[in-house]
Amino acid sequence: MASKTINILVKIWRQNGPLAQGAFEEHALKDISTDMSFLEMIDVLNEWLTRKGLEPIAFDHDCREGICGMCGAVVNGIAHGPDKETTLCQLHMRRFKDGDTIIIEPFRSQGFPIIKDLIVDRTALDRIIAAGGYVSVNTGSPQDGNTILIPQHVAEQAMDAAACIGCGACAAACPNGTPMLFLGAKVSQLALLPQGKLEAKKRVINMVMQMDKDGFGNCTNERECENVCPKGITIRNIARLNREFMKASFTIDH
Amino acid sequence: MSWFIQTFKSSLGKKYIMAITGFLLGSFLVVHAIGNSTIFWGREAFNSYAHHLHSLGIFVTFFEIGLYTIFFLHVITAIYLFFENRKARGGKYEMQTNAGGRTWGSRTMPYTGVVIFLFIMIHMANFHFVEKTEVVTISDFVTKVLTNPAYTLLYLIGLSMLLLHLSHGFWSLLQTLGISHPKYDEPLRVVAWAVAAIMGAIYILITLLMVISRTQLL
Repeated sequence: MASKTINILVKIWRQNGPLAQGAFEEHALKDISTDMSFLEMIDVLNEWLTRKGLEPIAFDHDCREGICGMCGAVVNGIAHGPDKETTLCQLHMRRFKDGDTIIIEPFRSQGFPIIKDLIVDRTALDRIIAAGGYVSVNTGSPQDGNTILIPQHVAEQAMDAAACIGCGACAAACPNGTPMLFLGAKVSQLALLPQGKLEAKKRVINMVMQMDKDGFGNCTNERECENVCPKGITIRNIARLNREFMKASFTIDH
Repeated sequence: MSWFIQTFKSSLGKKYIMAITGFLLGSFLVVHAIGNSTIFWGREAFNSYAHHLHSLGIFVTFFEIGLYTIFFLHVITAIYLFFENRKARGGKYEMQTNAGGRTWGSRTMPYTGVVIFLFIMIHMANFHFVEKTEVVTISDFVTKVLTNPAYTLLYLIGLSMLLLHLSHGFWSLLQTLGISHPKYDEPLRVVAWAVAAIMGAIYILITLLMVISRTQLL
């Protein structure tokens, strides 16, 4: 496909710090190649801002391959932009038309304070993981690979849940700002496997308590999360989380 | 008991309360719809149904207390969740696009809830309290209320809101209780919707019947 260029108007959120008053800033961008990724478009804008002696737009990014979970913003009202199962870095400018206005906002949720411009503090997700999203493994010589047998379909389900990259789009898209899909995936990937089952009850209770502590909302099954998830995690994982939490709360021994 | 309080104070626990009370209220609506369907058979059938129900005596009172408890648990938890969730949103977006999950029903849950609450208050004032305080034949005051055009309109609005509320509610409560699997999620969604629609249709038909056939219960 031949490369072409488009002219766009970018309406982007600028905010100097967590407590600063933010506002939208408009920039007209000319001759943007449709082969560019979305982040490359912001790079171009930042180059231009820097040359003008202005402050470039702060945004999170790392691998730019769609696998690290670092990037993310709300583009025209949809977390990670209009493409399904796509991170922001994998969204390309060919998705937009000449003359389009593109509104770029940071991920918003009470649990994600804005650090600067499009960068939000997602350490709340790390705290949820630290509360129980792991298996306690004694060190020592490695086990024989086939000691614990796991059926293929279970391994697949666990792997589907483990595909979560923790980007936080679920909380950003949720009308209640809650990362239930993230939590559902993290609880599921371990609850499904024999290694994770040992600590399953304690894990799910501690992780839910931690999520509540950070001021996230309550799931109302709106299903916006699964529609923006770049890894295609489904709310089947939230249903599993609901089951695991109920089972754990009523049957845990201490 | 601290585990019990901890469980139901958590975000998931509060949703369990909503789901369980929602299911029980929904079950009441089914029974209520079946009972009220005797209106289709006319005055005798309807009065006899009411008479038999009242003859349960003290059990009716127990049932009422239980229903009030469930109802207010649902309402109070909902109010709490509404404000908690509004705070948790952490700011509105300049542009908000539906990514494909929200429905009319899910989007309006708190608002349809408020309308239903008001509707139930009016409904109780119309029938329930009258029945407790005055000595009249039930079919007579049902006719009196439901042949009034203002009430017809009010009931149709209230019932449509109930239908919209249940269109999300029935499926949502199953998901909250963890009853979801790719095998039957889609059929379940259809069934949940159908149950809400059939029930809503019965109530709406009763309201319309009283307009079309004003002498139905005379």
